Amino acid sequence: MGRLRWLVGTVVALHDETATARTITLEVPDWPGHLAGQHVDVRLTAPDGYSAVRSYSIASASNSERRVELTVERLPNGEVSPYLTQEVAVSDRLELLGPLGGWFVWRAQQPEPIQLIAGGSGMVPLMAMIRSRAAAGSTAPFRLLYSVREPGAVFYRDELQTRSDRDRSVTLAYAYTRAAPKDSSRPPGRIDAELVAEATWPSKLGPTCYVCGPTPFVEIAAGFLSACGNRPDKIKTERFGPTGGKK
Amino acid sequence: MSSHMDYLDGNAAAGELSKIFVMDVTAAEGRCAHCGATKRFAEAHLYMHAPGVVARCADCEHVLLRLVNVHQRVLLDVRGMTYLSLDTA
Repeated sequence: MGRLRWLVGTVVALHDETATARTITLEVPDWPGHLAGQHVDVRLTAPDGYSAVRSYSIASASNSERRVELTVERLPNGEVSPYLTQEVAVSDRLELLGPLGGWFVWRAQQPEPIQLIAGGSGMVPLMAMIRSRAAAGSTAPFRLLYSVREPGAVFYRDELQTRSDRDRSVTLAYAYTRAAPKDSSRPPGRIDAELVAEATWPSKLGPTCYVCGPTPFVEIAAGFLSACGNRPDKIKTERFGPTGGKK
Repeated sequence: MSSHMDYLDGNAAAGELSKIFVMDVTAAEGRCAHCGATKRFAEAHLYMHAPGVVARCADCEHVLLRLVNVHQRVLLDVRGMTYLSLDTA
C-alpha cells in the first residue's frame, strides 16, 4: 500500500434516509476499494481558503463502479454536516481521504457469528458490513441490535427488512429510546443489560461484536457485552463525539 | 456530558496519522510505556481538541501519543509507547 492522498469524488446521487440524514453517492475514479467499517475524511474548502475536515463512515460495500456512499446526519450548529445534507447537489465535487482505519472492519473471510450494535447514526459502518456480507456471498450469521430514537429515525429501514426477509441468517432487533411503534414488545427506553443479553449472540459462540454510536452509548453497550462474557478483544468499537461528529 | 466521555477511538486518528505514516497505524499493536497494556492503537482513547490529537491508554489513561499541527509543521510525540507492531501482510 502507498501513501494515501486526497481524491476527488463527484456526487452522482442523493437520497434522504430520514428528515435529518442524507446518503451521498460519490463516484471516485481513483478509489482503491475499501473494507466494510472503514471511513473517509471529507475536506470542504471555502473560497477564502478556509477548510474543514470531518470523518464519515462508508455505508456501501466495495464495488467495481468505484462508488462510495456516505450517510451524513445533520448536526444542529454543525459546520460541515448542514452543507452535506442540505446544499450539496448532483455533479458537485468533494475531496476525500481514504479509505481509513484497519481495525473496525469486517472481512468476508470471517466465519464467526457477527453481532452488530448501532446507536443512532452509528448504523452507517454496520450497514456496510451487512451489504458486504451479501456482496461477498458470506454465510456468516449476523445479528443487529439497533438503538434509535423513534421509527422515523431508522436508517435503511426497508433495505434492512428486505435483506433480513431474504436471508434468515441476518436478524434485526430494534430498541426505541423515545417513541416505539404500537406493535413493539418493549416500551421506549435505553438499552439495558437484559436486552443485550437477550438480543445478542451467546458469548460461547465466540461472536465478534461491532459497536458504533455516540461515546456514552458505546461505553454502555460494550460494558453489557463484556458482562455477557464476550472477551474485550472481540468487542470492536467506534465512537462519535458528543455532538455526533467524529471530529 | 461528563468530561470523561469526551473521547473517541484511536480509529478516528487514521486520517491525521496518514499524513505521516504510509502504513495504517490504527490497526497496529502498541504497548503502553506506563502500564504495559498491549492493544491496537484503534482502541486507545482519543481526544481531538484543536490544534492536535492526544491518544491515551484505554486501561490507565496515560498519554500514548500526541500529534499537533502548528505553523505548517506536524509535531509527533510517541514516548508513551514502548513499541508499535505493524502488520506488513
